Amino acid sequence: MEKETKQFTVSVYTENNIGLLNRISAIFQRRHINIESINSSVSEIESVSRWTLVVNLSEEQMKKIIGQIDKQVEVIKAYYHTEEEIIYQESCIFKMRSDLLFDERQIQNIIKDSNARIVTVNRDFFVIEKSGRKEEIEMLQRELSVFGIMQFTRSGRISVSKDEMKISKMLETFNH
Amino acid sequence: MQTKTIQNTQKAVQKTERISGSEAVVRCLLAEGVDILYGYPGGAIMPIYDELYKYQDKIHHVLTRHEQGATHSAQGYARISGKVGVAMATSGPGATNLITGIADAQIDSTPMVCITGQVASHLLGSDAFQETDIVGISTPVTKWNHQITKASEIPEVLAKAFYIAKSGRPGPVLIDITKDAQFEEFDFSYKKCTGVRSYKPVPETDPNSLKAAAELINNAKKPLVVWGQGIILSEAEEAFKAFIEKAGIPSAWTILGVSAIPTEHPLNVGMLGMHGNYAPNVLTNECDVLIAIGMRFDDRVTGNLDKYAKQAKVIHFEIDPAEVDKNVKTDVAILGDAKASLESILPLINKNSHPDWHQKFKDLYAIEYEKVIKHDLHPTKEGLTMGEVLHQINLESKGEAAIVSDVGQHQMIACRYAKFNQTKSNITSGGLGTMGFGLPAAIGAKMAAPERQVVSISGDGGYQMTIQELGTIFQQKTAVKIVVLNNDFLGMVRQWQQLFFDKRYASTEMTNPDFVAIAKGYYINARRVTKREELAEAVKEMMQSKEAYFLEVCVEKEGNVFPMVPSGASVSDIRLS
Repeated sequence: MEKETKQFTVSVYTENNIGLLNRISAIFQRRHINIESINSSVSEIESVSRWTLVVNLSEEQMKKIIGQIDKQVEVIKAYYHTEEEIIYQESCIFKMRSDLLFDERQIQNIIKDSNARIVTVNRDFFVIEKSGRKEEIEMLQRELSVFGIMQFTRSGRISVSKDEMKISKMLETFNH
Repeated sequence: MQTKTIQNTQKAVQKTERISGSEAVVRCLLAEGVDILYGYPGGAIMPIYDELYKYQDKIHHVLTRHEQGATHSAQGYARISGKVGVAMATSGPGATNLITGIADAQIDSTPMVCITGQVASHLLGSDAFQETDIVGISTPVTKWNHQITKASEIPEVLAKAFYIAKSGRPGPVLIDITKDAQFEEFDFSYKKCTGVRSYKPVPETDPNSLKAAAELINNAKKPLVVWGQGIILSEAEEAFKAFIEKAGIPSAWTILGVSAIPTEHPLNVGMLGMHGNYAPNVLTNECDVLIAIGMRFDDRVTGNLDKYAKQAKVIHFEIDPAEVDKNVKTDVAILGDAKASLESILPLINKNSHPDWHQKFKDLYAIEYEKVIKHDLHPTKEGLTMGEVLHQINLESKGEAAIVSDVGQHQMIACRYAKFNQTKSNITSGGLGTMGFGLPAAIGAKMAAPERQVVSISGDGGYQMTIQELGTIFQQKTAVKIVVLNNDFLGMVRQWQQLFFDKRYASTEMTNPDFVAIAKGYYINARRVTKREELAEAVKEMMQSKEAYFLEVCVEKEGNVFPMVPSGASVSDIRLS
């Protein structure tokens, strides 16, 4: 019987090595689990990368996958969190026709009400940027789509946990 | 990209010497104690082979006849010696031909370092001649891999490769070296790797888990130990014996665990799983405490997980935290090295014996003997059985031989019936089930332990998958004994077709060549046996031969391997016929 699935945010602290994306994504791929979003960046610790992945699966699967990620040589530590355990943001940008700014006064209200901002305006198009939770971005997208969106893109989720991750303490014990 | 990890492999303090990357590779191998390696040359790895020519008095390179043979030989070498096996190949097809052996080593936790040549770094990604993304291809089946594009990376990366391959739960590592890095000169020095920041090979053992496990064991009325290769990999054989003897626990094995204690040990109750022994399979579902040590609850061992040992409290001794609760939910997990954990728990365990519980194993063994074993080992009907061949080998070897089996019916028969007095004596492809493994693995095993009898046992199908390695045996004068149990079928598939596909023998019958003529073509002594009365003498002749020897035994065409847990069934539903 299928176990109940929910959304988890995975945080992985790693060495900054070529090829690690392949290793980590393969862990999900071979279990037929789609990665909803993925982000890799520097972390609070020098020379340590931090990956943030969003996946939908059962908690039982999640625990097993964390174990598989953790055992990769270049992974320092992997964690998983429920939505309640983290604070997260996503970013998105919309490219729209410039004439809409003048012809559709409602657009300016939408931008203002959604706490988005205009990044640039030129003769042909203007660009809106918005950071926030997934639902806020989806709402903005819905509202703007009636006017026609030329291009839209959204970043992967980035998050911090409400609880301490104690990664620095762990690294002290790892150092030889 | 340079990493902290590599920096942690200790900076060299010795004086440096300006040498080429290819010479550095050979010097690194020497520093790691490598005196034998298996491989196949080609364009992208020629600079390293050129250096090997210079160092041939120190490192013996074995030219296998296929790169797959090189990896399996390196595996056989590693499995019998406990050391890291080394295989080498050129780029492109040379590298991809290593993949089967690498995958096999990964799933069977075999320490192996594979070195591949790669096109020059300026050609990477250009679909150059014999270029493949071997790092990408091998990622899912290696413990670690890395591509070197600068000669100066070679010492630190190779040191790290050997450390990762051997430490913790062992596994294969692949290092890909571009041709320009092999030619480039740099200031060489070497220091062995002793640690990697992000990699903790052995997890800490929680003393509370030891206490909790000891309490369960001391209060158990019907305990059962299931042990795997982890005992052998951590060299915990003595600690393991002391543990089961003090606690008086019947103990059963997975096919990679066998030989950790002698076959005839009174607490050894046989093999687990699909073609394992009747008693340990049935009684897995009766025991009150199941103590798994260095094994990973493979599906071939557990059968249907929904019906596996549901009544038992489960204790799992395991070095790899990802294996805990992966397949079977445990009540107490003891993370750590098996040897250290067993030594730590021993003082906490009460001296015990479980005579009534032991009697149940004996009673079920008697049933299995009557219905299966007697007919396998001492048949009276026409047609040679695979079991009686093993019986003859046992008589001649007296349990001292290393048995290297391929994959199929003969493998199950070999694992069920071969007798072992020494550890690291059963070498087979467990997790991947790689047909073609046996013959080349036997070459590596014999080279690692030339003083031992090494008997390769194959079926007619698997044997032909790497039959070309007879050339390696001939060239290297490797005195391996080769037995082919020929039933003119892909026997295990045919057995399944008989039992589960209405005897529709789709593409499993083989028209075989003259195996004896082929062996003789490679100048290997060879003999064919078709009658029971010839068998004992032929096996004796083979075992007494000082050179390589090929023995083909024509066995009954449609013999089956029983007992059998049908796929998807519970282990206690094991069939005897």
